[in-house]
Amino acid sequence: MKRFLRALGRLWTIPVALVAWEAVTRAADDNFFPPPTEIAARMHEMWFSGPAERLWLTDAALDNIPTSIGRIFAGWLLAAAVGISLGLVLGRSALLSRFVEPIIEFGRAIPPPALLPFFLALFAAGTQMQVATIAFGIVWPILLNSGDGARHVDRLHLETAQVFGMSRGQRLVRIILPAALPKIFAGLRLSLSLALILMVISELVGSTNGIGFQLLDAQRSFDLPGVWGTIVVLGVLGYAFNSAFLLVERRLLSWHRAAKQTI
Amino acid sequence: MLEISNLTHTYGTGPGAHHALGGIDLKVAEGELVCIVGPSGCGKSTLLRSIAGLLRPTGGRVVLNGSPVERTPDDLAVVFQDYSRSLFPWMSVADNVSLPLRRKDMDKKQRRQAAMEALEQVGLDGAAAKYPWQLSGGMQQRVSIARALAYRPALLLMDEPFGSVDAQTREDLEDLTLRVRSHHNMTILLITHDIDESVYVGDRVVVLSKAPATIVGDLRVDLPGPRDQITTREHPDFVHLRAEVGRLVRGMRNQAAPAS
Repeated sequence: MKRFLRALGRLWTIPVALVAWEAVTRAADDNFFPPPTEIAARMHEMWFSGPAERLWLTDAALDNIPTSIGRIFAGWLLAAAVGISLGLVLGRSALLSRFVEPIIEFGRAIPPPALLPFFLALFAAGTQMQVATIAFGIVWPILLNSGDGARHVDRLHLETAQVFGMSRGQRLVRIILPAALPKIFAGLRLSLSLALILMVISELVGSTNGIGFQLLDAQRSFDLPGVWGTIVVLGVLGYAFNSAFLLVERRLLSWHRAAKQTI
Repeated sequence: MLEISNLTHTYGTGPGAHHALGGIDLKVAEGELVCIVGPSGCGKSTLLRSIAGLLRPTGGRVVLNGSPVERTPDDLAVVFQDYSRSLFPWMSVADNVSLPLRRKDMDKKQRRQAAMEALEQVGLDGAAAKYPWQLSGGMQQRVSIARALAYRPALLLMDEPFGSVDAQTREDLEDLTLRVRSHHNMTILLITHDIDESVYVGDRVVVLSKAPATIVGDLRVDLPGPRDQITTREHPDFVHLRAEVGRLVRGMRNQAAPAS
């Protein structure tokens, strides 16, 4: 009950904002700013007016939304695998990181959308190209944070591991990786929201499905409520991803929060 | 079992160099508990780190059981002063204790068994599933002692192990050390700046001078056992020895006891 009331206290701004939005857009009566009720009706028509046995989802919803989510996660997992493993290695090897750092700084400085033409030529239009764009664009925060985390493992942790004769592999998996995990998670969280952005951008170019494609499609047919509806879905997705991520992080890093509080 | 000959160590070079060890010669026999005491900043930790292979001394040798120490020796464990940084906060107490056993020829069940036994010896069998940060400082240091015990090292190094706990806990941990030591018959080298502690715990007290450290005293402690926090500390020999050690630590080697 108390939690419910507290949630209510936090969430009351949302209906208020919606009502205000509705009132202003109705008063303005501008085609570019349809009222929320109209957007909601269009969203319902586009995605949720399907048959009951498919949970009311339409073909458009089933074709586009899971495809986009799939691309986000494929890109994110690929970036995580590359970023974490490379980051840990670079973090533990001062020599290697001195040589590789300029390359990383250069790669990081390239705006990922600028690489779209290249990936388009390399993979042709399709999921591969989109996943490559997402992974390339979001690998940097993961890579840099993992490197930073691995570089700053408590010296006494490492000396303890050395005294007890732990092998290099064991040290990496049992000491360095968990010690760097809080930083790695900070990077993963940042890149999850970047993945959403790059998903939209990559689907705006030469794509035939996905949420980004639907956005472009709605814009081309002057379906402004459709454009707005797609934007709302993207916002909801971003919010849901972040909430789910925080939930997982809170579970996995409970030791970190608790240990920091008691020191 | 441990032989240190002419060990020297200098941090840095040139005029800013710090000479930490100025030629240490020390022999420790199997099963001995030797306390190394000296003024703070005298190079006690440098000595311990050289024995543990965590630091390569600039001169001299350390020989453990016949083989010179170059990397960390196999059957050596260390209890560090800073337990909160030496234990791994992402592992349960039991996992912390059994982690080093992975390199031994033991399966998961045996490791768990050994960890539980060691925790029982330090009186923490009820805390196996907890995390280190859920325990008090004294209990955390018990966990790191249990970790060292489970590892069954030939030589146990303790670096100011009771320096970060309160006085009562400190006495408990001193007695715990004496107890597990008689149970395992380990060789222990304990570093401390506490003169009373060195006499109470040790079979032998080795006194280091200020940096560059050399050995200025090597006293045998022949106190009646078993030692007890109250009666041992009021024993005339104890009182005499701690005065002796105190004088050596303060560099008043030749000053006689005041006539009373």
